[in-house]
Amino acid sequence: MVDEGLKIELGKQGVFVTTIEELYNWGRRSSIWPMQFGLACCAIEMIATTMARYDLARFGAEVFRPSPRQADMMIISGTVTKKMAPQVVRLYNQMAEPKYVIAMGACAISGGPFKQGYNVLKGIDRYIPVDVHIPGCPPRPEALLQAFIKLQEKIDGQHLTGEGRPRFLDAAAQGEFPVPEQGAHDLEPSSNKGVWPLPVVIR
Amino acid sequence: MASNPYFSLAVLFLAALGFGLAPLGLAWLWAKVYAPAKPNHIKNAIYECGLVSKGDAWIQFRSAYYLYAIIFLIFDVESVFLLPFAVAFTGLGAAACVAMLVFVLLLIEGLAWAWAKGALTWA
Repeated sequence: MVDEGLKIELGKQGVFVTTIEELYNWGRRSSIWPMQFGLACCAIEMIATTMARYDLARFGAEVFRPSPRQADMMIISGTVTKKMAPQVVRLYNQMAEPKYVIAMGACAISGGPFKQGYNVLKGIDRYIPVDVHIPGCPPRPEALLQAFIKLQEKIDGQHLTGEGRPRFLDAAAQGEFPVPEQGAHDLEPSSNKGVWPLPVVIR
Repeated sequence: MASNPYFSLAVLFLAALGFGLAPLGLAWLWAKVYAPAKPNHIKNAIYECGLVSKGDAWIQFRSAYYLYAIIFLIFDVESVFLLPFAVAFTGLGAAACVAMLVFVLLLIEGLAWAWAKGALTWA
């Protein structure tokens, strides 16, 4: 690792110092391709974010891919019903690594205003790992841009080697996220324990 | 060897080949060194909008559909060529008109053939 102060000093002299890891992360964070996939009203805000006024293209993320094979990031934009949850999880499984998830809006985080509903999943992070959560109902495009910047910061901080390296660089890490099925009363299983450990109730 | 007139072409060909293959090779090497492949049956399934995939991706279409292709061609090509003909109609000579007539007659013949074959009835 190059010392940050030395790097700035060398930069003043016209010498550019970098590492493979830095270049790699710079390339990845500057070309996140989201999946073209909307679930509810949050998707309208997501569409607005890609358009000229908010201009997601500034972050290299304007290329919405209609196939999970070509997408790097999934924006869970809206209410995930229990009917839709297996499809969402299957699509996430079919994306190529490295893949990221932004849970957009109150519904995607926790079920939001429909949390008490029998047919609404109480947060998509019960089945797939979420990188950034955005609160709001719906979140404004600025909030989605903020989530994007947060995700870019996260990618920038990922290391190629070592203990804390991300899942896609770790051969031992879990690669499959089981797709839930419709049971008699609820989705089976009702959550993925590896991703979402049951919360401990403190009394 | 350098005096061969094709020598520079061969050099350029090798450079072009390297230009194409080097990124692919580097990407492959990168994947080998850093990113382990973790395939599973869900990931490898045929993509069907998140639904459970059914059957094979290699579907055969009946060759009998060639009739529809031909009829499409008759109507489509005809309209494409008829529009400039109609636009330039007033300034056309006799030879051009005859040539166009032959073309249209050929297409009409195709249509008559398809009609006789029974391809125009919706089965």
